[in-house]
Amino acid sequence: MASILEMKHITKRFGPVVANKDVSFSVEEGEVHALLGENGAGKSTLMNILFGLYEQTSGDIYYRGEPLNVRSPRDAIDRGIGMVHQHFMLIPAHSAIENVVLGYGGNKEVLDLKAAAKRFSEMADRYHMNIDPWEKVGKMSVGQQQRLEILKALYRDVDTLILDEPTAVLTPQEVEGLFDVIRQLIAEGKTVIFISHKLPEIMAICDRCTVLRQGEVAAAGLEVKSIKNLNELAHLMVGREVELVTAKTPSEPGEVILDVEDLNYINEKGIHVLKDVSFQVRAGEIVGVCGVDGNGQSELVKCLTGLLAPASGRVELLGKDVTHESAKNILDAGVGHIPEDRHKMGMVGAMNLRENIAMVDNYKEPYSTKGFMHWRWIDKHSRELVQKFSVKTPSIMEKAINLSGGNQQKMVVGRELSRETHLLIAVHPSRGLDIGATKYIQSQIVEARDRGAAVLMVSTELDEILEIPDRVLVIYGGRILACLEQAACSRNRLGLLMAGITEDDEEQPA
Amino acid sequence: MNELANFLSTAIRLATPTLLAGLGIVFSERAGIVNIGTEGLMLIGALSGVMGSLLTGNVWLGALIAIIVTVAFAAVFAFFTVIIKADQTVIGTGMNLLASGLTITVNRAVFGANTSPPKIDTFRTTPIPLLSKIPYLGEIFFRHPVPIYLAFLLVPIAQFMMFRSNTGLKVRSVGENPKACDTVGINVTRTRFLAILYSGVMAGFAGAFVSMGQLSFFTEGMIAGGGFIALAAVVFGNYTPLGVMIASLVFGASNALMFRLQALSTGIPSQFPLMIPYIITIFSLCLVSRKSNKPAGSAIPYIKE
Repeated sequence: MASILEMKHITKRFGPVVANKDVSFSVEEGEVHALLGENGAGKSTLMNILFGLYEQTSGDIYYRGEPLNVRSPRDAIDRGIGMVHQHFMLIPAHSAIENVVLGYGGNKEVLDLKAAAKRFSEMADRYHMNIDPWEKVGKMSVGQQQRLEILKALYRDVDTLILDEPTAVLTPQEVEGLFDVIRQLIAEGKTVIFISHKLPEIMAICDRCTVLRQGEVAAAGLEVKSIKNLNELAHLMVGREVELVTAKTPSEPGEVILDVEDLNYINEKGIHVLKDVSFQVRAGEIVGVCGVDGNGQSELVKCLTGLLAPASGRVELLGKDVTHESAKNILDAGVGHIPEDRHKMGMVGAMNLRENIAMVDNYKEPYSTKGFMHWRWIDKHSRELVQKFSVKTPSIMEKAINLSGGNQQKMVVGRELSRETHLLIAVHPSRGLDIGATKYIQSQIVEARDRGAAVLMVSTELDEILEIPDRVLVIYGGRILACLEQAACSRNRLGLLMAGITEDDEEQPA
Repeated sequence: MNELANFLSTAIRLATPTLLAGLGIVFSERAGIVNIGTEGLMLIGALSGVMGSLLTGNVWLGALIAIIVTVAFAAVFAFFTVIIKADQTVIGTGMNLLASGLTITVNRAVFGANTSPPKIDTFRTTPIPLLSKIPYLGEIFFRHPVPIYLAFLLVPIAQFMMFRSNTGLKVRSVGENPKACDTVGINVTRTRFLAILYSGVMAGFAGAFVSMGQLSFFTEGMIAGGGFIALAAVVFGNYTPLGVMIASLVFGASNALMFRLQALSTGIPSQFPLMIPYIITIFSLCLVSRKSNKPAGSAIPYIKE
């Protein structure tokens, strides 16, 4: 087989930062080629160069043996290269078909959406995807949106498709569906570049694999079949030995710290987001909440932390009713909160590290006395925290926004864990972090448990859910669908539950 | 009945500047640009139209000059907001202050401060043959200057362009999610720039109609909030050309009502009807805000990584 794509000695600098350093990348026609690397390893940068969103500082690209000079994605698409981005490039306010034809080269000035919809539906049928071309994208599920993105690329007759972290938002069953589509594309002679940092997926679907580490090629064109075990791949990706499993002893649950009873929440659009949610979290145990994004976990946490007011139900903390307390009072009562989006909720990017660290407890001793800040103590505390949680930063006076995602998260986690908390609520604690940072933060959460804290951990990552919690609640459509001991959890079982399929359904197939 | 026909005819006449400017703004708004400088652009259009008409002796050539000059100023706004990516509110306010001062200065330099205005060619009433003879309806709809017919004829065309054409789809998309547009090869900068220039064309024509269709001379500050009313009409009209037309008519009617109240000396202060457009806009915003078509990327400059 001939190579369809050759990227030779690509270097990309953003100011002083080198995102890609002398990267050569070669893909053969008709294969699934994995581009593997941690967050920030330069995978997306490399693909964005190929797709014409960035321009390389130096290096050449050849596609089908000819030089490829892409100035914009239009050029890449015209040459037959399509890309499905990690964050979908769709317009929620428009219908599916409008999204598909947007920017399509074959458009006439007066759009014939009916004809386009017909062609679109034929394609969708061919790939066994069920999408209504007239439905508004904002009303589609994440899985549907991804299928739409793939069809949007195929509509442009691409023969090479780049998938950037395509499985990050899917349930295991949806991942299987995606793999089926990839297999069909390959059977039709197309080429797929599969960007991921999830090792099992690469072993499952890819033919060859190129590993990037800190912007450089760590391994090029490995035959996936020849890879003996995951640790070998992990080592290439991280550059050192990593423990793929976080050490943990069995839990010894103590008194009930958090008691949630029949919690209901109705959002401003009148949608019943949480339905009779009840559960308990005890001291010394980690309870995981697992589910596909958007099934109410975000609202649940906000109700628990006083950011949203539930319609009915009770939240008790250490036996005290805190249902309608303010966020400040709840935090004060001994709750640590690692919020779902550190940029929006966990920190203030424009403020420096010590200010961010002082942000939660700023109004009390030893941070301040009667409104006067004790900066000397805060500085000392911040330096200790930075050291203890290995936050990589030039100094505590650095603005939070200048840290990498992993270090920002370590700062937030460090701040919350250093407070004397009875309950730690951690939402997507490892989202967007590389393996090293993920393992570190997970071990810190386990340590908090061992210290006697109750931990509620929300995650969409099955690997994390299978590993860290002692008990797992599966949330679907705003309901707690199941509560399982960790030993009873399996990838398949959780996957079905996350898709809303309980065992009763399985026994009586519709 | 005659009174009513007269009232409605006035309402249509007063609605026209709002409609003309609104049909431009609705496209730039959809492209993600909030141009509060429209007020200033209309003022510039009003003055340059009068000057153009005086210079050429022809109202249409005057209007053309108004459009050209206004588009030049719109290009300045576009340059700062789309290329330099400055804050749209700041630049728009700057445009208004600039236009306010500039038109006063130029007006006094050209026409003198206290002299009576020179006679210029203006938009005259052009009754449509036959149709204008229909009782009542003829007076309401078919005895107007040509720009009024043009403005209303443009509504279905604009509606079609916005929702059925490729250009309209692109304009609507760059306002919603410019990054997504980038990834399908749409030039966001160019699309937004052109949308602003088009809104400049319409603002210039609207201004020229105020000074040469409703009056026949330029007075300082004569737009008197007309640009803001047009912005409000776009919001009240939920960002569609058809909606803009309905909003313009409602606002035009409330203006006509004000003149009536002034004439009738009912004791109701004439300022009250003047508030109606704003009150309607605020109320309608409260009611429809959840179903608003306001673009997700409104007023946010697109900065490519």
